[in-house]
Amino acid sequence: MTQMNMIQALNSAMDVMMARDASVVTMGEDVGYFGGVFRVTEGLQRKYGAHRVLDSPISEGGIVATAIGMSVNGLRPVAEIQFADYIYPAYDQIVSELARIRYRTGGEFNAPVTIRTPCGGGIRGGQTHSQSPEAVFAHVCGLKVVMPSNPYDAKGLLISSIEDDDPVIFFEPKRLYNGPFDGDPHKPAIGWSSHPKGDVPDGHYRVAIGSAEIVRPGKQVTVITYGTMVHVCIAAAESLGIDAEVIDIRTIVPLDEETITNSVKKTGRCVVAHEATRFAGFGAEILSIVQEECFWHLEAPIARVAGWDTPYPHAFEWEYFPGQTRVAAALKATMEAA
Amino acid sequence: MSAIRTRLHVPRQPARPGEKSDFSYVQISPAGAVARPDPNAALAQTHYLADEMVRVLGDDHRAVGPWDPHLAPSDLALALRHMLMTRLFDDRMHRAQRQGRITFYIKSTGEEAVSVAAGMALRPTDMTFPGYRNQGLQIVRGQKLVDLACQLLSNSRDMCKGRQLPVMYHSKEARLFSISGNLATQFPQAVGWAMAAAIKNEDNIAATWLGDGSTAEADFHYALLFAQIYRAPVILNVVNNQWAISTFQSFAGGELKSFAARGPGYGIPGIRVDGNDFLAVYAVTQWAAERARMGAGPTLIEHVTYRAAPHSTSDDPSRYRPKDDHESWPLGDPIERLKSHLIALGEWSEEREATLQKQCEEQVNAAWREAITHGTLTDGPRLDAGTMFEDVFKDMTPHLARQRQQLEAELAQQKKDAEKKDK
Repeated sequence: MTQMNMIQALNSAMDVMMARDASVVTMGEDVGYFGGVFRVTEGLQRKYGAHRVLDSPISEGGIVATAIGMSVNGLRPVAEIQFADYIYPAYDQIVSELARIRYRTGGEFNAPVTIRTPCGGGIRGGQTHSQSPEAVFAHVCGLKVVMPSNPYDAKGLLISSIEDDDPVIFFEPKRLYNGPFDGDPHKPAIGWSSHPKGDVPDGHYRVAIGSAEIVRPGKQVTVITYGTMVHVCIAAAESLGIDAEVIDIRTIVPLDEETITNSVKKTGRCVVAHEATRFAGFGAEILSIVQEECFWHLEAPIARVAGWDTPYPHAFEWEYFPGQTRVAAALKATMEAA
Repeated sequence: MSAIRTRLHVPRQPARPGEKSDFSYVQISPAGAVARPDPNAALAQTHYLADEMVRVLGDDHRAVGPWDPHLAPSDLALALRHMLMTRLFDDRMHRAQRQGRITFYIKSTGEEAVSVAAGMALRPTDMTFPGYRNQGLQIVRGQKLVDLACQLLSNSRDMCKGRQLPVMYHSKEARLFSISGNLATQFPQAVGWAMAAAIKNEDNIAATWLGDGSTAEADFHYALLFAQIYRAPVILNVVNNQWAISTFQSFAGGELKSFAARGPGYGIPGIRVDGNDFLAVYAVTQWAAERARMGAGPTLIEHVTYRAAPHSTSDDPSRYRPKDDHESWPLGDPIERLKSHLIALGEWSEEREATLQKQCEEQVNAAWREAITHGTLTDGPRLDAGTMFEDVFKDMTPHLARQRQQLEAELAQQKKDAEKKDK
């Protein structure tokens, strides 16, 4: 075990996989010599060479398209899209190609590409460096969609993603790279060293894609969330003194519905929280599943906490961000109903 | 309609329906006139190839000049067979669509040399990323006609398991990548495949095709950009058949500059070739393959040809171009030209041609008859509808398994309701 922040954990996952499997390559803007703008690929080019750790032109569509071609030729490319906000030029290649190559060829071809991309706000990134577009990919058949909330899961899930024979969109909440974040930007930043999930095994291990984790067991209300909001929700519940069961879904597709519905059947109350915009956000899908599967167990309407349905404004970042106040209001309303 | 004069230039095609065809815009070099540089030549020594037109077959049907690949007559006869088979298969399947047996078809009439010559010039281990009008490649690479027909029928033996529109074939074994209905996406994918071959230090190269219209997509730019940066061992083919659907190639930016000339702008040799000249297409493919294999990088080839057929079974070309336009196309017909060459060599005759034609027709008809025994969209054996849930992922997810059960219940209910109605 080593103390790692999320960047080091992701770097370790890449290192472990590149050492184990010569077919693993990585490519993206600034990932080679420089080691990535967030340093996730630091040192890899020196260790594995410029042929396996490729600097790419500023061309997200080209990065994903060539990664697809490489995967068809037996490699396991890990493509980095520098910010999730930049992923849209590659959208056609992801949706119409990557996601469907196995399907449209009756299983004859497949494209095991992992696309890593930093997402989310809270870093003064304005509307072009703060988005959380996971719902846009969750809606596409044939893609697995992953978003870890801590270093341990980040490494284990990235290893699972690279080993997976299906394409994976791997979102990295960049506000969590250097430490857990409870939603209060005025408190001094804390690192991962004081967090149990900052203890990361040095070697190979997996966290299974498709399995949620109960990160805080509780009895009164189930909070279903992922990414940065995991930490915000725990803090909000604890400051209110509510015994919330907080579930980090970790994988958006395929979704671990069983863990979610078992918990809501137990608590009878449910709050769904994510940083992405609310309307048609992934929370709506979770809410719908809970309604269908747990209706007769519910004692209160299901509440939803999300970013507002506006672009992420630079000057009003913290008014936009669904911080503890917004989570607490939803928790209180859910607890007070009926 | 009043003519509005502004600085905005809207390209006009040379002839609209009812007007006389005009192909004076097609710049044609005499056969044998264009020099052949060494495949390892520096970019600057290849610039003229993007503006001239590489041609081997002269008006006297003789092969001339430095690009003559000197193929054996038996290879030429095989090429003729592949091209004829492609055309007859197209004709039969087009008819099947008109008879309502298949939903959609795309012919490659007039463009057969583009696919067949390239297919023959590549090694079987080279990977291909075809477009939807490269059926000649499927034939050269040994795809069985019956398998192609089963795909067109979306039947119980369809390689795509009923999931793709007709003509979107693939074969892992024959190294034919899956054809996408979205345009140009295969172009940068082929570059990625070639980059992987180079990373693995393997000898194989990739080749890919798209139409003049599709060069307008960003994917075309990605492909040229990545191919040049990493010197990917890939051949990038633009099949300029003059037409997208109703828009002329000038709407893809071909009015003032050839598509081949896009290559040098990226640092890639561009070759403009007579796409209806089998020998010329073979020769430039061979040149580009040699260049790629020696590590000198990619080549962009523009095949100048004419789409004699409609874009697909869904459009009527007489609505947007003169009905007999194809008859005045200055580069003739690729099958006629190769046949005349073989006859000029004393290696072929009209009788042999007639026999070959009959053989090919019989093979196509036999394949079609066999294919329909495996079902059509409306009759005969079908795959279980539940198979639609397979291959979304390698292992079916629980939510897809539930949807499959739901569909099964729905179908069982429909069956029950129908039985009730019958009583």
